[in-house]
Amino acid sequence: MRIVVDLNRCQGYAQCVYLAHEIFKLNGAEALTYEPNPDDARRLQVERAAAACPVQAIMIDRLDGAERGAPS
Amino acid sequence: MTMSATLAELVRDFKANGRIVIVGASLAGLRAAEALREEGFSGSLTIIGDEPYEPYDRPPLSKQVLKGWVPADHTLLPRFRELDAQWRLGVAATGLDRATRQVRLADGEQVPYHRLLIATGTRARQWPNPTEAALEGVFSLRSRDDAARLQRALAERPSRVLVIGGGFIGSEVASVCRELDIPVTVAERGSAPLVGALGGVIGEIAAEMQRDHGVDLRCGVGVSSLEGDTRGHVRRARLSDGTTVEADVVLAALGSIRNVEWLEGSGLAAGFWGVGCDAGGRAFDINGVVTDTVYVAGDVARAPHVLYEYQFLAMEHWDNAVFGAEVAAHNMVSLEPDYRPHLLLPGFWSGQFGVNIKSVGVPPFGDEIVFTQGSVKERRFVAAYGRRGRIVAAVSFDHGKWLEYYARLIEQSAPFPPPPPGWDRPDVMKPVPAEFPAPGVPTAIPDVVLTGHDPSGRSAEFRPRGR
Ligand SMILES: Cc1cc2nc3c(=O)[nH]c(=O)nc-3n(C[C@H](O)[C@H](O)[C@H](O)COP(=O)(O)OP(=O)(O)OC[C@H]3O[C@@H](n4cnc5c(N)ncnc54)[C@H](O)[C@@H]3O)c2cc1C
Ligand code: SF4
Repeated sequence: MRIVVDLNRCQGYAQCVYLAHEIFKLNGAEALTYEPNPDDARRLQVERAAAACPVQAIMIDRLDGAERGAPS
Repeated sequence: MTMSATLAELVRDFKANGRIVIVGASLAGLRAAEALREEGFSGSLTIIGDEPYEPYDRPPLSKQVLKGWVPADHTLLPRFRELDAQWRLGVAATGLDRATRQVRLADGEQVPYHRLLIATGTRARQWPNPTEAALEGVFSLRSRDDAARLQRALAERPSRVLVIGGGFIGSEVASVCRELDIPVTVAERGSAPLVGALGGVIGEIAAEMQRDHGVDLRCGVGVSSLEGDTRGHVRRARLSDGTTVEADVVLAALGSIRNVEWLEGSGLAAGFWGVGCDAGGRAFDINGVVTDTVYVAGDVARAPHVLYEYQFLAMEHWDNAVFGAEVAAHNMVSLEPDYRPHLLLPGFWSGQFGVNIKSVGVPPFGDEIVFTQGSVKERRFVAAYGRRGRIVAAVSFDHGKWLEYYARLIEQSAPFPPPPPGWDRPDVMKPVPAEFPAPGVPTAIPDVVLTGHDPSGRSAEFRPRGR
């Protein structure tokens, strides 16, 4: 799966880190880093983290790989 | 039929049967394509990109990817809807003919359009000496391939990395080197790191931060030459102060060049500084007249901004690519009364040395700075930038939660120094000069000349200067 975090919006509250620490990590006090393409097995965990984000900064793929458009 | 009914019919027809071509298959290109479909455009959509990959995100490249935590190919951007688009990836656009409305591709194909979006972004400025740039171990960083190569080089634990240029990317790479416990030298021609983006006062704080983390930071020096060993691997750099640095990995972090060469001869206001467009994303032609069919978004765009005295700003930031793409897409399928302006208050973030640096507004537009919250000593603070008694930007170190407050002040053209939100005020709150370097004289700007005499024959022409 694919995600992106709008780090302009993110305020480093770290709720996502508690819910999915393999995917989201804080580097220091508030600099968030994350794995943009986590394993599909983590989807539920990542969705929970996205739902918990107080500023809704975590955006998740809404396609299941159906029509992504491969190199022609 | 009334006039407005006819126009509405035209828009409906265009949305159903029009042909839109997007050149540049990255952040701005992808988000524009999604926005077009969201706006109800169901006509033909072609996305042309010279990289062989699906759109991916660049900010992780200089951070989690270099660190070795995230593979470079794990940066693909999420998709928010079906596009039903023709993707032409791995092939560059090499020309634009506005008279026949066709984009020419490197493989000779001509792609016709009714509306075109230019989203070709920028590329990394390479080390200027081609022989030295070709030495093994010399890198630049813009693409996913660049990041994969540099990451491999760092994983081999070089004896020292030399970063040429202390801007955001150079500083982030230096930070990663220290996190990996690799010795690193940063050579910055200006007085401090980040000085171009945030000024000398903040630059000094960034410099201290780098040195505290063990970076061998050299400011006010340039790199004069790179030297390789007999196997063609870089080993040493000579600096303008006569010193040398032994390094087996060199990153040229010299800023960016806009990808506009393919537009040469198209008659658009495209050049060294990007593609000029109005605040609705409509490209200007070379005479400064706005076009109806060509739009621009992302790093390559340059548009006047109401909050900054209508100066033409290029905002090479992630949020500008996303929002600019959405605005351009909307306007591409709308009539004038419904046009939307791209009135983004620019924002930026950068993670380095464990500190979250964020800004809103346009710091280099200010000439004064004042610390309004927190403590410089603890590197947790907010500072505001002002110009002529008005707040124009703010920067935070590990104090990002407060930027929203300053963003509202900037949008309202609030006075400078601004009223702090009444929390953790520093002892001294006195504006000082922000110490931005004088704008450098760009070297490769072409002359623009006027040609023709009678009103219908008068136009401008670019005369590229010899390099
Ligand atoms: C290492 C790195 C770290 C960054 N970190 C941050 C950050 O922390 N915060 C932040 O706000 N921003 C950051 N940025 C900036 C951000 O990534 C850019 O603002 C964003 O990528 C701009 O998107 P774009 O689509 O306009 O341009 P680009 O991403 O540059 O995409 C342009 C695309 O067009 C292609 N192209 C060019 N010419 C042609 C042609 N003739 N034909 C076909 N295709 C062509 C290019 O190859 C490229 O794929 C960073 C950038 C880099 C490189
Ligand atoms: S929960 Fe949201 S705001 Fe908090 S760190 Fe994660 S992404 Fe950022």
